Amino acid sequence: MAYAWCFLLFMTGLYCAVVKKNMVKIVLGIIIMEYAVNIFLIMLGYRIGGVAPIVGKGELAGIDKVTSAFVNNCVDPLPQALVLTSIVISLGSLALMIALCIRTYERYGTFDITEIRRLRG
Amino acid sequence: MELFIFYALMAFVLIAAFIAVETRNLLSAVICVGAIGFGGSLIFLFLKAPDIAMTQIVVEVLGLVILIRATISRDLTFISGDREFFGMVVSVVILFAIFMAGIGIFRQLPDFGTAVYTRTPEAASQTYVSRGLEETGASNIVTSVILDFRAYDTLGEATVLFASIIGATAILRKKAKKLPEDLDE
Amino acid sequence: MAANSSPSNGAKGMTVIVKTISSWVKMLIFLFGIYIIITGHLTPGGGFAGGVIIAGSYVLLMLAFGREFVEENLPLRWASRFDCIGALLFALVAVLGLILGGSFFVNWLFRQQILPSKALELVSAGTIPLSNIFIGIKVGASLFLIILVLSMFRPAHLRGEKE
Repeated sequence: MAYAWCFLLFMTGLYCAVVKKNMVKIVLGIIIMEYAVNIFLIMLGYRIGGVAPIVGKGELAGIDKVTSAFVNNCVDPLPQALVLTSIVISLGSLALMIALCIRTYERYGTFDITEIRRLRG
Repeated sequence: MELFIFYALMAFVLIAAFIAVETRNLLSAVICVGAIGFGGSLIFLFLKAPDIAMTQIVVEVLGLVILIRATISRDLTFISGDREFFGMVVSVVILFAIFMAGIGIFRQLPDFGTAVYTRTPEAASQTYVSRGLEETGASNIVTSVILDFRAYDTLGEATVLFASIIGATAILRKKAKKLPEDLDE
Repeated sequence: MAANSSPSNGAKGMTVIVKTISSWVKMLIFLFGIYIIITGHLTPGGGFAGGVIIAGSYVLLMLAFGREFVEENLPLRWASRFDCIGALLFALVAVLGLILGGSFFVNWLFRQQILPSKALELVSAGTIPLSNIFIGIKVGASLFLIILVLSMFRPAHLRGEKE
């Protein structure tokens, strides 16, 4: 159910990127796809009733050990680490795509990709 | 109750996505994408990922600034309509086929709420959770994964960010380089 | 930049209310970013989130006071220098691991017990807080640089070179 929801969100973004003819709309579709993939990766590591992967005072056993309750309840930290880098990278790629859009608008005076295709022949 | 709020958030994000795709005003679409981002960060909080939620919120603010910079004070913000009819029908049919094939794949995944890494006893995440504090001394396991166990990821991330800045700076130079056919005009 | 480019607002930046509030809030946001960075190994946060928050404080100033005000405080070349310095220092920590610890990116400060390391204290975890600080500098400078470059670009119909 939740995975299928992620897939539906991904398909919405893909529809937007494929069908629309406004350049900024295509960028928005790519952003929606990024959100869907990030949420799906986090969902793969979730367990019901889990705790966040951050050790507090209550989870310490001894000096450097964590309690077994923490180990048995912790959600997966690996997808979180991967998604954390992915989010910052998506901001950089968003800036790059927007720079392309602005430059194209200045060159052709429109965001419409079919118009641009017609102008260039 | 918690699960109900979670499903309500998911419905909110999906509705915002539909509006962002189908609205005609470009500024409204950008604001709806912002709504998707903030709803997504709340979903991350429910999925017990506070690092991701914090990063998502601040990144969303900066991303909205960039997007509004692109869309405001442009004349042509009302491009309506889709591409030509035949191409649209073909692409929608292909998308529907991909969707039906994907739904079949999702049945084979484990249920929502059982972490996938618990099914394999030798998974890397088992080591990260049980020995992360012992081997790195950081109590935030996500940070210990980012900066100690898998620091090469962070190095690659810094490289990609650097490359994207160089790309954006090169695209937005003050004087655009003239194309060869422009010199003839 | 949004306020600058609208023709109805002739003065630089936004209104007095926005300027006053943002001059109060800017240091709080900056301090919060620094706090998020230096406690990144204990609480949620870290170099990425803190760096983006620091970039956000400069972007707030840029939106409220106009681009020229920010460029006097943090010019473009200094932002790019901070970017390179952060990346180089992060790589330097990794190379020091190669020299002192035996392999690239090894946590040499923690493995050799140079500093007193006790769990849940600020000075712990070896090179992780150092790497967090450098990543924070790098991410903050580079994101600020992107938005500065995007706002410096003036399209032709606003520069007055209309064909």
